[in-house]
Amino acid sequence: MAKVLMKGNEAIAEAAIRAGANNYFCYPITPQSEVAEYLSKRMPEVGGVFLQAESEVAVGNMLFGAASTGKRVFTSSSSPGISLMQEAISYIAGAELPAVIVNIMRGGPGLGGILPAQSDYFQATKGGGHGDYRLLVLAPSTIQEAVDLTMEAFYLADKYRNPVMVIADGMIGQMMEPVEFPEKHEEPDLPAKDWAATGAKGRDPVIIKSLFLDPVALEKHCFKLYAKYERMKAEESRCELYNVSDKCDILLVSYGTMARICQTAIDELKRDGIEVGLFRPITVFPYPEDQLLAEVTKKNIKRVLTIEMSTGQMLEDVQKIVAGRRPVEFFGHTGGVVPLPEEVIERIKKLVVKRAPARKPASGRSKTRTAAKTKKKKA
Amino acid sequence: MEAQETTIFQRPVSLRETVTHYCPGCTHGVIHRLVAEVLDELNLRERTCGVAPVGCSVFAYNYFNCDFLEAAHGRAPAFATGFKRLRPDMIVFTYQGDGDLASIGTNEIIHAANRGEKITTIFVNNAIYGMTGGQMAPTTLPGQPSTTCPMGRDTATAGFPIRVVEMLSTLVTPSYLARVSVHTPTHTIKAKRAIKQAFQYQAAGRCFSLVEVLSTCPTNWGKTPDESTKWVEEQMVPYYPLGVYKDPETGRREVR
Repeated sequence: MAKVLMKGNEAIAEAAIRAGANNYFCYPITPQSEVAEYLSKRMPEVGGVFLQAESEVAVGNMLFGAASTGKRVFTSSSSPGISLMQEAISYIAGAELPAVIVNIMRGGPGLGGILPAQSDYFQATKGGGHGDYRLLVLAPSTIQEAVDLTMEAFYLADKYRNPVMVIADGMIGQMMEPVEFPEKHEEPDLPAKDWAATGAKGRDPVIIKSLFLDPVALEKHCFKLYAKYERMKAEESRCELYNVSDKCDILLVSYGTMARICQTAIDELKRDGIEVGLFRPITVFPYPEDQLLAEVTKKNIKRVLTIEMSTGQMLEDVQKIVAGRRPVEFFGHTGGVVPLPEEVIERIKKLVVKRAPARKPASGRSKTRTAAKTKKKKA
Repeated sequence: MEAQETTIFQRPVSLRETVTHYCPGCTHGVIHRLVAEVLDELNLRERTCGVAPVGCSVFAYNYFNCDFLEAAHGRAPAFATGFKRLRPDMIVFTYQGDGDLASIGTNEIIHAANRGEKITTIFVNNAIYGMTGGQMAPTTLPGQPSTTCPMGRDTATAGFPIRVVEMLSTLVTPSYLARVSVHTPTHTIKAKRAIKQAFQYQAAGRCFSLVEVLSTCPTNWGKTPDESTKWVEEQMVPYYPLGVYKDPETGRREVR
């Protein structure tokens, strides 16, 4: 198929349809309302269901009910709306149902703002709602990647019977780029959905629930979920490297829109003869831990600079993984302020000039944090 | 001589053979049975999906012999909407208590009714929170004591009990809305008629249907089963008048 110029929100909506989601429950919120507007026209064309609900609380629970049918389901929202869906997301994870949720992040906390941010990283990667659970979280950095990952998200949700979240930001939602949809959507075979509620005809009733009043049974269930997340870590951890070579002594770690800005900065610095590499996680849960550790511990890497559109959320994962092997520095803007490549360049140049082992605390917006001792989780 | 045996009463196929967790004198079991009998009589069991609430009937899935899903507190109507929209060929009912439906889930029930979702809601009103131990519900009667209003519901601060069926009947969208009770055999027979009508309207793809059933809670009311049914008759029925409040065919009429 030829490339088409599309707005991110609309491209994500189209990707969901092409991955086989013929239903969409939603509530309007900036900066992702175009997903709803697009699908209000598009769903009837494919004989699908479009429903504008009374709240994101209802949307999340409609998604939960819809997922029980065994059909592919998804919804999208932006930060405050995603917060309201956390109740249902926790239940969906507890009941082990597949569902795809897209968060076009905006600045928070509270009502916050409507401009791009990456401040929902904790919420997305550490569970979000109550209870011992995780989402599989994908972080696209281009609209094409948002399309590809959204389509794949449905496969991954089915594969693990777990909610998958795509975290993009207002920039990816609102920007237009050329995108290409595959002629035919192909994916590996999946097991039959014998868990779906389809009516107790010729079989025992199906019960879908997240209630386990017996603590031993609930613990067993939680460890079963935990084993699933460990499997995700082994099979799905993904990243992309940019300009990484033995000439770099600084490794940037950045994702989504922010990683693209870092790439521009890296290209600019290259012209000045400064070589900087970028580690870009594509899955932020599971975090590509082994890959990051392998890059960070290369002899030429002297320090790590994490750059985010937040006050430092992914930073904590990076610190945990690097675990004091290299100094981990941070640069970020938040609240809807998108860092300029020039600011990133300036920050990197400061590090290059410093060279000497960083014992001195950095000034201004940046900060040096030493990794806290973290115990490895035991199953 | 050959034995002449005819079965005149048996467990509906739509109910499982199991031990109940409901308290002695509680009428949840009667209401479960009425729903099960209706599913049997209308031959709907094999394509029915029930949605359990949070509350005493959270374990409804242990009793009904059909597919069953457990929703978050108050969200059963949204949950059922998501399910039914994707499977319009199936019969979907929610079974909700008064804390679940009339307090935390008011938003969801109003909008499901207003969209005219083709689902059936069995709304069990016993004027109290049962499972959590007898706290004040939005349906607790004025002056009725509970563990969170030990001196009785004070309408000056807690307002008056919500009449759900009356409230929903103000919506313009066509629906079937009835209030029934199961405190006497006669009322129970009428209640079954209303529940059957509700499922029939859903099966015909006609409208949203909700049957409010006045129910007892001897444990949390601090009454014997006999005193409890008497209390329904004397205290609840006058505040919550029985009848059909809305019908897509006939408008308001009495349950006969």
